[in-house]
Amino acid sequence: MEIKLYRIISKTELAEYTVQFDIEAPEVAKKARPGQFVVVRIDEKGERIPLTIADTDTGKGTVTIVVQSVGKTTGQLCSMEAGGTIRDFAGPLGNPTEMVENSTVVCIGGGLGIAPVYPIAKELKSRGNRVLSIMGARSEPFLFWEDRMRKASDEVYIATDDGSKGKKGFVTDALLDIINSGVKVDRVIAIGPTIMMKNVAKTTKPYNIKTIVSLNPIMVDGTGMCGSCRVTVGGKMKFSCVDGPEFDGHEVDFDELMARQKFYRTEEKDAMDKYTHEGGECKCLPTRS
Amino acid sequence: MPADEVIDRRKHVPVREQEPSERVGNFDEVSYGYNEEEAMKEAKRCLNCKTPLCIDGCPVGVDIPKFVTEIAKGEFDEAIKTIKDKNNLPAICGRVCPQESQCEKLCTLGMKWKPLFIGKLERFAADHEKSDVKPELPEWNGKKVAVVGSGPAGLTAAADLAKMGYKVVIFEALHTPGGVLIYGIPEFRLPKSIVEKEVEYVKSLGVEIRLNEIVGRTITIDEMFGQGFSAVFIGSGAGLPSFMRIPGENLNGVYSANEYLTRVNLMKAYQFPEFDTPVKKSKNIAVIGGGNVAMDAARTAKRMGADHVYLIYRRGEEEMPARREETEHAKEEGIEFKLLMNPTRIIGDDNGWVKGIECIHMRLCEPDESGRCRPEPVQGSEEILDVDTVVVAIGTSPNPLIVKTTPGLETSKDGTLVVDGYTFMTSREGVFAGGDIVSGAATVISAMGQAKEAAVAIDEYIKSKE
Repeated sequence: MEIKLYRIISKTELAEYTVQFDIEAPEVAKKARPGQFVVVRIDEKGERIPLTIADTDTGKGTVTIVVQSVGKTTGQLCSMEAGGTIRDFAGPLGNPTEMVENSTVVCIGGGLGIAPVYPIAKELKSRGNRVLSIMGARSEPFLFWEDRMRKASDEVYIATDDGSKGKKGFVTDALLDIINSGVKVDRVIAIGPTIMMKNVAKTTKPYNIKTIVSLNPIMVDGTGMCGSCRVTVGGKMKFSCVDGPEFDGHEVDFDELMARQKFYRTEEKDAMDKYTHEGGECKCLPTRS
Repeated sequence: MPADEVIDRRKHVPVREQEPSERVGNFDEVSYGYNEEEAMKEAKRCLNCKTPLCIDGCPVGVDIPKFVTEIAKGEFDEAIKTIKDKNNLPAICGRVCPQESQCEKLCTLGMKWKPLFIGKLERFAADHEKSDVKPELPEWNGKKVAVVGSGPAGLTAAADLAKMGYKVVIFEALHTPGGVLIYGIPEFRLPKSIVEKEVEYVKSLGVEIRLNEIVGRTITIDEMFGQGFSAVFIGSGAGLPSFMRIPGENLNGVYSANEYLTRVNLMKAYQFPEFDTPVKKSKNIAVIGGGNVAMDAARTAKRMGADHVYLIYRRGEEEMPARREETEHAKEEGIEFKLLMNPTRIIGDDNGWVKGIECIHMRLCEPDESGRCRPEPVQGSEEILDVDTVVVAIGTSPNPLIVKTTPGLETSKDGTLVVDGYTFMTSREGVFAGGDIVSGAATVISAMGQAKEAAVAIDEYIKSKE
């Protein structure tokens, strides 16, 4: 049976371990809204992984994804080049980000989370909202898209754990600075590692600021048929792929989510070991010095 | 036929199978099926009834006596043509239909003796087919029909409409066509190469299958009409898993049967790390439920190397909805049936992993007005089983995505689509539906039966608009 493949139009190394791909997928590009994701399978033997849509170009029919090499599949993907093809690229999936008007919104991207928060900030700003963005990372070499974020925001704050760029500290420190400066924040949208989103929600809770987080549980199909991505929100079971991935951060059971993210840690290591043993290029090593 | 050949009509010709001790170590098909000689011998048991009841028992109305007689005469190519006249997926139906409650149930032989093994004969004819028998296709009538979902209902509707002269496009959300035939029913019961072959047959009729397109997200039903489709058939099934709503269901080690089977079947996790998708290798596993899906999950777990596989069902064996053949196979393979038991909570360790399941014993009360025996818990009879994995197989309901993204589609309280009983049209003009999305989780063949009728109705509808 002939298979429609998805071509990598361009590849850009953005930061340590982090690569941007523009993939030819006109149907997805046409329908994608900020906040949605795709499910990708590299080849016949591959697994399905969810990746958030970071940008689209409907003219070229491309969808931008940003991949961080953290294991076998992302490592393999990061070693692919422009002109290569991906077997499956399904989407857009999940609910788009709820849009607001006449509001001051703080958009927080932690690490790889900068990529998915970018299209949200861009759309919020285009609708006339005041957008304050916080970019966070371990250290300077992990930061990317500062130029894009500046264009999509009224103000950009940068926080690094080691202080190598911007403020030394976490995104939550930068968030508290904004809140304490007296700015009336209507909404916070935070995307990044689960522990970061948990801490952002904890930070905003006493101030009663509506906080949206984009959850990243383990997914298989991404269309609501398996429940692998189930999370507890407000005491109820929700499937992230169809009910989310964005939820009210004050209602999410983050500890349960973090425990569930570790479900396949042993197997993930086995897959990685096999991949590198067989000469697979390990992009887990820094790609630039 | 040699004149002296004696036909013993009392007993069916046995079907060769892999030995249980051997087959629990692999995913190869359990049943080998008939060879030519065995099939002809079994076919000769048919009484060729004047009014064949078996046909009434077949949801797609296959002319059973005709194809059975053809097999008996060794006219195997004729037999498959006869079957394919009504059934587009015979290699699948011969394997997974619950014949004991359909065609074989009504077989006259069965009133006194063993009914004719119609399913196994159908399977033989399909497997025997060497070159693809393809019907004469009419010229394209200029009309296009969109089909949502490539499961048994979608494939059947698409094939029938193609045979009527329509250009058909199937939209499938997953990366492989086949629906439950691919992600749900395991390799050892339905080899994926068989499903691929049947899908190729449907494509050979001119049907286009677009993979990775999620209706409601990649394309909406309203957009399909904008793209020139004259009608839409929704055959998106009932793929949303139900959970038990008991404490501990989000612990690591708890799967829906859909997830467990999708990982193993569609993603080939049983070949991890050769294939990238992992699945937990369990030591002791509890599967909750008594249907075919529970049986499939339990037998899969055994093949994945589990020491103990407990099948927990709240009623007795008599009430199990699974096929008899499957429960027998499961027993032979060492699945431990825990009947009249119901889970009350799943117990986890400090790291959030399953370490046990607490169940309460049940008893069946006297039948109520509807004739059903309701199970009720025996107070104080709780018992804990040591397990590291739990698979929940208590049923599925329709995925709400299409309804959510298509204005004006009427649903029942179970989430199924409401259709006109005669025309299969939904509350939206030109939008038809059939299979599990209409009936709730049922069988492959009933989905196909509905899809066949819907295809006829779609043809009538489109012609009426001309």
